[in-house]
Amino acid sequence: MRCRRCENPGAINMRQHKLSLCTEHFPEWFLEQTQRSIKKYRMFTHAERVLVAVSGGKDSLALWDVLLRLGYHADGVYIDLGIDRGSSYSARSKDKAAAFASQHPAARLTVVDIPQLYGESIPQVAQRRHRPQRPCSICGLIKRHEMNRVALEGGYDVLATGHNLDDEAATLFGNVLHWQVDYLRHQFPVLPADGQGLARKVKPFCRFYERETAAYTLIRGIDYIEDECPYAVGATSLAHKETLNRMEHDSPGAKMHFYTNFLKAKETGLFAAEETAPELHPCPQCGQPTSAPDLCNFCRLWERTLNAH
Amino acid sequence: MHIVYRDKEWFVDQELTVNQMLKYLKLLPENVLVVRNGQLIAEDQKLQPGDEVKIVSVISGG
Repeated sequence: MRCRRCENPGAINMRQHKLSLCTEHFPEWFLEQTQRSIKKYRMFTHAERVLVAVSGGKDSLALWDVLLRLGYHADGVYIDLGIDRGSSYSARSKDKAAAFASQHPAARLTVVDIPQLYGESIPQVAQRRHRPQRPCSICGLIKRHEMNRVALEGGYDVLATGHNLDDEAATLFGNVLHWQVDYLRHQFPVLPADGQGLARKVKPFCRFYERETAAYTLIRGIDYIEDECPYAVGATSLAHKETLNRMEHDSPGAKMHFYTNFLKAKETGLFAAEETAPELHPCPQCGQPTSAPDLCNFCRLWERTLNAH
Repeated sequence: MHIVYRDKEWFVDQELTVNQMLKYLKLLPENVLVVRNGQLIAEDQKLQPGDEVKIVSVISGG
């Protein structure tokens, strides 16, 4: 397979696009496609300030790199979750994010140290909440709250995450399997700001296969953490990705059509917004919007710890 | 050639394509990328004895 743009040997073959590109032209294509998604879904403009949620993994570091190369004002936020489990996972991933930031003096990295700020690491909170083996939902709640807080406090216009098409297709697959209509209603590359304290969220990589974000990171020589979070072993989303990739292997483009046709169907009215959205009010402790009657889920999570300090 | 994938390694002394190697190791090309002597290569490329090959898993998340 030769590169379609120069006839050199291809470094990556994207069967769903019938497109092979070399190490020189693939990054060029990757930037063009990212810009296309940003424009297509009206994610943000060059006049706006973007906060990239950086984990130290391939997708988020690739996203930060691409946005900077496209000339956007993009800073990063890293949430230190205090996950060790014998592999210093958080410490090593933070090092990757910090190393990237140090090579890009124009970009600023904000580090949120959860154990230092709230007195407990994710594994400790999960232990206290009797979920020591599967802390992922608690971790997700904490990350969403803190990323939103940093975006609002820093005056950013938008929060960008490195979710790729495989992430989105796996989420969609899980939501369809269980007909989680409310989740399906909210799945989209852009979640608008609500004007009451929720920042706009965007996923500029939503049309890239995970293999393509990995290829970009490798070709660009971006040093990222290859290891998975130790708590991700056996996660349902990973099983869904494997299933979708088996389908993709037999039928190139299956994964892409599953997700992009869902987006098209949504744009034509499938899963239209609910008639009565849940009423939100500011959490009396942190001020972020919540539908809970009193404290938001995040503040309730820490109630005992914060009271004890 | 020396092949590394996660914490496993293999030594192979015959020429084969990336596709043949992945099939032998029962890996789907959709789940991995292959780096030969530091360069990303596509599935139709040939691997020679003496090559240093790294198979990179691309699936992440939880």
